[in-house]
This record gives sequence, C-alpha cells and structure tokens, in this order.
Amino acid sequence: MRFSWPSPRHLFLAPLALIMAAPLIWMAITSIETPDQARQFPPVLIPHGIDWHNYTRAVDSAPFGAWYLNSIVVSLVVVLSNLVLCSLAAYAFARIRFFGANVLFIALLATLMVPFQVILIPTFLIVRHLGLIDNVSALIVPNLVNAFGIFMLRQFFRTLPIELEEAARIDGCSRLGVLIKIVLPLSVPALSTLALIMLLWTWNDFLWPLVAINTEKHMTLQVGLSTFQGQHQTQWTVLMAGNVLALLPLVIAFLLTQRSFVRSIAASGVKG
Amino acid sequence: MATVEFRAVTKRFDDVVAVNDLSLRIADGEFMVLVGPSGCGKTTALRMVAGLAQPTAGEILIGDRVVNADSPGRRDIAMVFQNYALYPHMTVERNIGFGLRQRRMPRAEVQARVREVSTLLGLEDLLRRKPAQLSGGQRQRVAMGRALARHPQAFLLDEPLSNLDAKLRTQLRAELKKIHQLVPTTSIYVTHDQVEAMTLGDRIAVMSAGRIQQLGPPQEVYDRPANLFVAGFIGNPAMNLLPAAARSGVLTSGDLRMPSPDGADGEVILGVRPERLSAAGDGDARPAFDITVDVVEPLGSEIVVHGSRVDSGAGAESATITARLAVGAMPAAGERLRLAFDPAATHVFDAATGAALRSG
Repeated sequence: MRFSWPSPRHLFLAPLALIMAAPLIWMAITSIETPDQARQFPPVLIPHGIDWHNYTRAVDSAPFGAWYLNSIVVSLVVVLSNLVLCSLAAYAFARIRFFGANVLFIALLATLMVPFQVILIPTFLIVRHLGLIDNVSALIVPNLVNAFGIFMLRQFFRTLPIELEEAARIDGCSRLGVLIKIVLPLSVPALSTLALIMLLWTWNDFLWPLVAINTEKHMTLQVGLSTFQGQHQTQWTVLMAGNVLALLPLVIAFLLTQRSFVRSIAASGVKG
Repeated sequence: MATVEFRAVTKRFDDVVAVNDLSLRIADGEFMVLVGPSGCGKTTALRMVAGLAQPTAGEILIGDRVVNADSPGRRDIAMVFQNYALYPHMTVERNIGFGLRQRRMPRAEVQARVREVSTLLGLEDLLRRKPAQLSGGQRQRVAMGRALARHPQAFLLDEPLSNLDAKLRTQLRAELKKIHQLVPTTSIYVTHDQVEAMTLGDRIAVMSAGRIQQLGPPQEVYDRPANLFVAGFIGNPAMNLLPAAARSGVLTSGDLRMPSPDGADGEVILGVRPERLSAAGDGDARPAFDITVDVVEPLGSEIVVHGSRVDSGAGAESATITARLAVGAMPAAGERLRLAFDPAATHVFDAATGAALRSG
C-alpha cells in the first residue's frame, strides 16, 4: 500500500477509530493479563509479560469446543439457507407477476417491524411443538429464511437490466436457470453483504439461544461465554480470552467478504 | 429458417391497445423491417414473436407451428437487444456460446460455431474479454454473434443500432446487410429510423397506433405512400404537405394551380418531396409557389432550404416548406424564392381520411 500523509479527514477519523477500537483493544489486553493485573485501577494497559493461561483455561474450563462447533454449524447453515431461500423468494417478488404478489410482499415487510421479543414466546411454543427445544436445530429452523434478506435481494435484483434475463430466456434458460446462471452471478455484492449480515446476527445472537437451549454442551459461544460471568464473581481474564476466540471467525469472515465486495463491485459497476 | 406469421394479433396493456389486429406474413429468409414512431407497437410485436409478451388475441406462427404457448427458449429464435444485453460476467466466447451450451450442444461443436461467427464478425481477438472491456460497436457485434451462432429459425432485432454514434451506425448497417446476404435468415428488424428501414428491408411495414399503415418494398413505400402518415414518416427531409382544394379537375393551393387527379374532390393535401422541388426559371410552365427562405443548409452535394409559403391562400399560411436544391445560386435567409415541380411527381391525399388519391 502507498503511504500518504494524513489529511484533515484523518484528524477527524483517527480519534473515532480509536474510540471504536478501544473496547476491543482492552478486551485483547485483558485476555493476556493475570487476574491481579486485570483488577487494578487505573487499568494496566501494558501488561508485564503475556499470560496465555487464560486461553487454555477458557478452552479447558468448559465445553468450549462444543460451543464453538455449535456456533459454526448454526451460523453456516443459517447463512447458506438464507442465501438460497432468500434468493428464490426475492427473485419471485422481483420478476414474476403472480396473484397477490404485492399484498404478500407488504405482509413480508410488515414482519420486519415486529420486534423479536414479541414473537419470542410463539416461536418457543412452535419450536417446542416440533420437539426441538434444547437441540441445536432449534437455533437453525426459525432462522432458515429471513424477511430482511428477501427484501434486500429483491431490491438488488430489480436493479439488474431485465434484458439480460430476457436474453437468457431466449437462449433457452428456464426461470430457475436465469436465476442461477445470470442473476446470482451478477448479485455477488448483495449476496456477500447478506451473508455477512446473517453471519453477524446469527453468531452474536444471544436471547433466542439462551431461551431455546438448556444443556451446556448444546449452547452456542455467546450463551456459553455468559456462564463465565457468575453471580458472585466474574473471571474477567478468562471471559475476555473466550471473547477473543469468539471474535476471530467474524474478523476472518469480514476480511474475506470485504475483498470479494471490492472485486464484485469493480466487475459489475461497469455496464455490460 | 422459417416463416413468421402474425394472425390477427392484438395486444392490450390495461386499456392501451399496443398492437391492433396485426396480420403479417414474413417469408422464409426475408428481411422485414417494422418502422414507426415510438409507441406504435413495433417493439411489442417483436416481443410477442420472442415470447417475452403474450398476445391478448390472435396467433403467432413460426414455421407452421402456433407458438403462443411456447416459452421463449422453445421458439428457436434469437434476439438482438438495443442495449445488447451481453452477460457482463461472461467472456465474449461464453456469451456467444451461451445459447448453444444451454441446448446441450457438444463442446467441440460449440467451439466450432463460436469460431465460425467470430471470424465472420472479426471478433477473434476479443474472445477472452468481458463485455465491459469492449467498445459499443464491438458489443453490438458480439450481440449479433450470439444470435448468429444459434442458427435460429428467425432473428429478431430491436433497434440494434440506435445506441451507436452516427458513423458506426452507418458502418454496422452495411455489415448487417452483408451478413444477411451471407446468412439469409428470416429477420424482423424494429427501428424508428427510416434510413435503416429503407436500406435494410426487403419489405418494410410502417406502423402507427398499433396498425400497419403500409407494407411493401422500401422503394414502393417511398414512391407511393398509402396515406398521409406514411408520406410524412418515410423520407428525410419529410414530404412537403400543402393544404389544397380540388374542384372540377383543377387543384388549387393559394396561387398554385395544377390539374387535379381523378376522384379528388373537395379538401385535399398536396404532397411534394423536397427533392422534387427546384428553383423556377423565367417563364417556367410548371406549377410553382413562392416561399420566404428561413434557413439554408449547404451540404456540399446539395442545398437544403427551409422556408415558409408566401400567399398560400386561406388555411395554408403556416405551411413550412423544405426543398433540396442543386448546388448553384445560394439563396439567402429572408429572400423570396419561387419553387416549381412536375405535377406528375406529386401525391394527393384526401384531407379528411388521409388516404392517398394519387401517388406519382
């Protein structure tokens, strides 16, 4: 990367970035401190030596591997199923004229206005009826498809030139073929954005996993980590080590999709 | 290759009739041009052949088969779009071969077809590029190539040249004609540009308000327009239309007098093409009228004069006149100019119905 001198913009942005990064930095620092250092005030910002024991303790002290695996499985399945199902529904709403399409779409949008707390209990009852409570599937099934994803992809699909789809249909594609071969490859920016958003939501979801899962080994990371926070004392250093580990996949996912964002926007930004 | 036929086809969008009872048969290998102003129904007619729009009534046949119920992919037609509609994420090679691969043609044959059309269109060096890396003319060629590679029953072309600059348009127009001579596939070409219609079509169908106003070879349509609409639409600059009256064998328009054609009686419109007008000499026996010159456009090979009639008589004061004159004495703006014409080279239309009473 080319070095350039800071501009006035940077004078404004740099402090903001620092404010944003501060909690993360503090988390990372705490995760390598001893419990004594972590309890001191003013906080020890430069620890004397690195104490990796917090990480081993975090991993050993609980079914950490199971939580991690649960989180990964739930997130991956939810992200993939959303990409597939939201694309299908969004394409139908974007391009196929069918009876009641507008009413259905408005009903769909209306569900976006309902806070999760309102549907928490009905969802719980349905999931219990399905016999999925305290099962990892309870975290997947209610989230297989998502109104926001349908809305977002529909808006994006409508911006693609319709002639491309007509040309593909004349070239012999079915509706599904048009979606798979023409629309989706041109929607990589929207799809990667949706994937990232769904990953963040699912990975960080706390309330629903807390309600739906009781057994320790079925918990996701976010719920599992909260068990480090006891009523009488909290093992801050171990908790922070666990948080750093929990954060890693998101950082990696972000870096990966960020690169594909830039590439896909650069490729599709020029009119064909 | 196949014939394409419209049988009493009507297309309504809510309460707008886009295509009104259209019947038209396009012969095998014929190059048919649908020409008309925007909103005349020409593109809708084309889209119904493609299967992208469904007729409200009537039948569309490709070959001997009624295709109304067939999906676009099953009609075995190829279409070239105004904005090319090249798949941006595919290379030129994959764009051209896409329709063939969709039809599960063996890979070697796809490659052979792609090679064949890329040679024909001079695209050999561009096969690895994406559409975004091509110029407008190159994209248009790729769009043509994608259609040609399919060896379809019919080509549908929807204003394929209108996104190009004037010079490229002229060049690609000639190329299109050459390609059709090499590969004489049944073609339907939609345009609002009457020059494209005249130069490309074996026959042209002039459309307005969802109906064919006239159908015939370009020269015939030019020489014998069936009505006022066609007379005004085909020809550039447009035909001069002068309000006139026909009484007992004499046609008068202001101070202009000439023999009236048979059957003309009452209010008529006299049509004279701009190139049929010439400066009247002294003692010129031909019918003539005066104009005040407004604008003079020297084009090198000829002069185009725009003016307004002087002494045109009641109801004709506003008539503007365009004349294509031989290079010579250059009239100046504001000058008075007397223009004469051969009465045999005029057109006479019924003022009420617009139908041609005589075309010379």
